Amino acid sequence: MLELRNPEAPASPAEAPAWTRKDLLDTDTLSNAEIQLILETAEGMREVRNRPVAKVATLRGVTVITLFYEQSTRTRASFEVAAKALGADVVNLTASGSSVEKGETLIDTIRTLEAIGADLVVMRHGKSGAPYLAARNTAAGIINGGDGTHAHPTQALLDLFTMRRHAGDLAGKRVVIVGDVLHSRVARSNLWTLLASGADVTLCGPATLVPRTLASQVSELGRCTVTTNLDDAISGADIVMALRMQKERQEKGLIPSLREYIAGYQVNARRLAKARPGALVMHPGPMNEGIEIAPDVAHGVASVIEEQVANGVAVRMAILYLMATARRP
Amino acid sequence: MTGQILIRGGRVLDPASGLDSISDVLVTNGAVEQVAANIEAPEARVIDAHGCLVTPGFVDLHTHLREPGFEQKGTIATETLAALRGGFTTICAMPNTNPAPDAADVLRSLRERIERDAQVRVFPIGCVTRGRAGKELAELSELAGGGCIALSDDGSPVANARLMRHAMELAAALRLPISEHCDDPELSHGGSMNEGSVSERLGLPGQPAAAETSAIARNIALCEATGARLHIAHVTTARGLELVADAKRRGLPITCEVTPSHLFLTEAAVFGGEAEPAYDTNAKINPPLRTEADRRALLAGINSGVIDAIATDHAPHAIEDKLCEFDEAAFGISCIETALGCVMTLVDRGELELGAAIRALTAGPASVFSFPPGTGTLVPGSTDITIVDPAARWTVDPASFASKGRNTPLGGTQLTGTVRAVIINGSVAFEMEVAGA
Repeated sequence: MLELRNPEAPASPAEAPAWTRKDLLDTDTLSNAEIQLILETAEGMREVRNRPVAKVATLRGVTVITLFYEQSTRTRASFEVAAKALGADVVNLTASGSSVEKGETLIDTIRTLEAIGADLVVMRHGKSGAPYLAARNTAAGIINGGDGTHAHPTQALLDLFTMRRHAGDLAGKRVVIVGDVLHSRVARSNLWTLLASGADVTLCGPATLVPRTLASQVSELGRCTVTTNLDDAISGADIVMALRMQKERQEKGLIPSLREYIAGYQVNARRLAKARPGALVMHPGPMNEGIEIAPDVAHGVASVIEEQVANGVAVRMAILYLMATARRP
Repeated sequence: MTGQILIRGGRVLDPASGLDSISDVLVTNGAVEQVAANIEAPEARVIDAHGCLVTPGFVDLHTHLREPGFEQKGTIATETLAALRGGFTTICAMPNTNPAPDAADVLRSLRERIERDAQVRVFPIGCVTRGRAGKELAELSELAGGGCIALSDDGSPVANARLMRHAMELAAALRLPISEHCDDPELSHGGSMNEGSVSERLGLPGQPAAAETSAIARNIALCEATGARLHIAHVTTARGLELVADAKRRGLPITCEVTPSHLFLTEAAVFGGEAEPAYDTNAKINPPLRTEADRRALLAGINSGVIDAIATDHAPHAIEDKLCEFDEAAFGISCIETALGCVMTLVDRGELELGAAIRALTAGPASVFSFPPGTGTLVPGSTDITIVDPAARWTVDPASFASKGRNTPLGGTQLTGTVRAVIINGSVAFEMEVAGA
């Protein structure tokens, strides 16, 4: 077992709700108890990370394969560090230079990894829903490391972990997510965890980049509003999360210009002054500083962006730990 | 064809002639001789049709046979057998084959294959443009002379309005209807399902309804300008149907069809029935499954008769075409063997009226293209009959399909209504094995 000194870390199996899922594909079907279990386990992992030797051997003999069909710096590195900190063996695969380039299907690739001995596969894929296809076709546990414009559950969980550490209970807190919400897997997965936590969520962006129906779809789960006016949305907000603005949105005619986007939607000091005192500024990265977020805000006192990255390792350790442990007979 | 068949005691339903009565049908020497009560024919082979519907053989305006070029998905032999088992005796083969029938020689070769392998009557549809590429017109008069029943570029809409205008001008002179998949490819660009609540939820690129409605509006304008007969393939949107209804009221030579899939399913089928999304590639079709409001409008369109035909858009695919990422999966449902079951289930639920539904499978489509006389009707001289058990419940098992395409989102779904028997050219071409018989 993991040698945890933090008394708040996972309690004895008899008391703690057990993790039973084979896969982690999104946050939408996670129960509050499951979310809580991940966050509490992550607290223990954070403590492990702060030790002089920030490494344990809990997952010795467990093989984690990262399978990235899209480029990634932080998610892949974060998972690799997390798995190694738990003593797991890690193999990193990217689509370029692999059998994927030779035309191998996703299902065949996943089955091959299973046959090689993968216990957990962390997968990033450019097509929405791809991890669901993989999960249905393998006994290995699939962790969605981001699929198309659909979901990015570990990002949402590390965001929630970071928010809780600073803002405590999120019930009734106002969270603004601003940017290309429509195409953001981060925004979608955050929506589920935030609603489950009782937060009021405002999705904000240009009319071409915000969802039309999502707010009404989730009305039974909690409060979610959609607006195109950031100045209104940010007033009194407790947490402001800026999303990465992809430059090709302009080429595709979704926004007139980045200049206009910056004028309307950049999270800057002037706008942040309208938020609640002590409001948090977050960003899932990688940032386009000067576009969706002003550099002084990105690195200012309100910013927890670097801490998000650091917490990402602890949260991913928790997820790997829970999923690998659940697989043991 | 010699010999007699006596179909005894069924409800004979022929919307074309207005016939709806419990009658016997006597088929003699390849054609219907008599429809009447209590026919005596001691020599005849008797089919007991008590409790069944006896209708004209169904007519499908929109079938994909895949041959030549895509035989791994289906062949003329397998897909026409599937059509037969689905109750369809006359089908129209869409031209998205390789090579595509865009000139006389390809059409001739296709007709030879049909002559050799087809289990039902097959009428080829020729291309509007060369290779269905939307750049230059196909050999339209050759195609007309070669015996194609209509023109279409199938799933590749003629995006260039000027080219479509000229195609319609020439088609009008040749008296050939154009069947058009109405879609603005710039608007639907990259969309793999309906744009709406489900696509937003799943993070999938969507096709907006306006991609269909704007193309329908354009093609209606061109129809009005040229006088060509325009058939709107698979209408899927409520607003698109309103445009067609308005054009019909104004007397334009316009017809339209709807698929059983769009009548039976909505975009929700992509999500699936569980809490966790299914991303069901078998529910991926083009045009996409739409909203419940659209579905209800389409049902009303059948009941009112504004929609002329239920056409299957039967689209068999190989397993690997669907067992992949949703965006990568092929469009289409193998549905010619479930079409009747879907339609009769909707009748059973009270969503479709029986007479209107049977009309949309027989007299309706028969009047859209210029089929031989007798197609889609059941009167003395008719040759093709479908016998339907409207009450039989069955569970869709794709593995039992005659079609090579097992791609259906209906696997495991219970449907009401089966095809009991099919008569083509006055002889029994298919008869369902009845348990215990």
